[in-house]
Amino acid sequence: FLLTAIMFAQVYGDNGKMKEYHYSGPVEHRFSPYSFNGGTVLAVAGEDFAIVASDTRLSEGYSIHSRDSPKCYKLTNTTVIGCSGFHGDCLTLTKIIDARLKMYKHSNNKSMTSGAIAAMLSTILYGRRFFPYYVYNIIGGLDEEGKGAVYSFDPVGSYQRDTYKAGGSASAMLQPLLDNQIGFKNMEGVQHLPLNQEKAVQLVKDVFISAAERDVYTGDALRICIVTKEGIKEETVPLRKD
Amino acid sequence: MALSNVVETPASGFNFENVSRNVALEGLLEGGHTKAPKPMKTGTTIAGVVCKDGVVLGADTRATSGEVVADKMCAKIHYISPNMYCCGAGTAADTEKTTDLLSSNLTIFSMNSGRNPRVVMAVNILQDMLFRYRGQIGASLILGGVDCTGNHLYTVGPYGSIDNVPYLAMGSGDLAALGILEDRFKPNMELEEAKELVRDAIHSGIMSDLGSGNNIDICVITKQGVDYIRPYQESEYKDKRQRRYKYRPGTTSILTEKIVPLELEVVQETVQRMDTA
Repeated sequence: FLLTAIMFAQVYGDNGKMKEYHYSGPVEHRFSPYSFNGGTVLAVAGEDFAIVASDTRLSEGYSIHSRDSPKCYKLTNTTVIGCSGFHGDCLTLTKIIDARLKMYKHSNNKSMTSGAIAAMLSTILYGRRFFPYYVYNIIGGLDEEGKGAVYSFDPVGSYQRDTYKAGGSASAMLQPLLDNQIGFKNMEGVQHLPLNQEKAVQLVKDVFISAAERDVYTGDALRICIVTKEGIKEETVPLRKD
Repeated sequence: MALSNVVETPASGFNFENVSRNVALEGLLEGGHTKAPKPMKTGTTIAGVVCKDGVVLGADTRATSGEVVADKMCAKIHYISPNMYCCGAGTAADTEKTTDLLSSNLTIFSMNSGRNPRVVMAVNILQDMLFRYRGQIGASLILGGVDCTGNHLYTVGPYGSIDNVPYLAMGSGDLAALGILEDRFKPNMELEEAKELVRDAIHSGIMSDLGSGNNIDICVITKQGVDYIRPYQESEYKDKRQRRYKYRPGTTSILTEKIVPLELEVVQETVQRMDTA
């Protein structure tokens, strides 16, 4: 009885007449400065390496703009950034980061470290707090001691250092799988083996195959950037194109 | 013999009983910070072509729920009658139920009249129903069939519009498929050529449209019978993983265990010999 009373009150207003539920006046259509171009990025940190991987599909709505638009950008010899979200903002943001890296190099006579880049990116993003860059960033690289480092960001600059992180359209599908396979969460009596490079690369490839199966915005090809003290190695693996 | 009223028409005027209920429910849901469940759409590519000997229908097999693929092998070509099949695009539940309803009604009609239903009758029933619901039933259908008057291909839109044309494509991938059809369609094609054309049209929808994907189903309807080929072509992308992800028994932790014994008593015992010769 209470439910019917609530429903009655919500449908019929105070004066007993039925409430208007259809707006029947002029509607203002606003121009949206953002658009969602899809894509998934993933970063994993190991003992002496870091992996940043992304798919290469650029989409909008139900169409594909490009099948070959990777989302990992090389910043320095020891750092790679993955950006997904609104492609326009991704391009501008990477340009700004490149310029700031150059300025730092000229002023301080050395390259920026991964931690420093992460801190700088946080301030750049927060500088646009009230008209954000619609970009989900993940930085992967080596820190000063040569250990793998992953920094994950939200669109307005909140960041933290992680061991592994997935971002972008299929992040909700990938993150639980990584939590289980790399973080050994929800498992009993399993040996916590440290992640070696070969196993990490295999895991990243498998995880993207799964993402491409179930997420329409992920697919076409997978670009993997492996960061070690020798440098940055790139690998491309085909994914589903449908 | 008088034909019984196969499709019952409701009371006069439009029935808006559920609208006020839906509004109230939405209000309740918003208050509880939960969202109403999103219906599963098929985000599809479907196509049909009339050829010399019959009608060829084709469809992809992906069903999406927003941006997630909900079903990788869903059947979008629905059975209507022995001589008619219908491809459905739009909200999955709507296409399923509408075609089921149509099929049941036509079966009753066949039994009553002793005749195979004609395609125009099916189209008219669909149009009546979809128009009555003013587009609230989100079903875009391609109906193809062969009857005593010839080979027919019709499309019925969600608001109740129909179109009778020799080749068609519907769904989110319809423009991609239509490009192929416009380029290579010829009247009175051979069956094999028509099958290839429909396969190519669906394939282009699968590659260009994010809402379509996976395998291709084809249904060929001729005077002799129906050939429902599912799948006509499997997706060439095999998901081969590099590592195996098996969990040893005992990996999932058991927090509590409760055993409730069931009190059973034997009431009756019968022995039945099985013939195992």
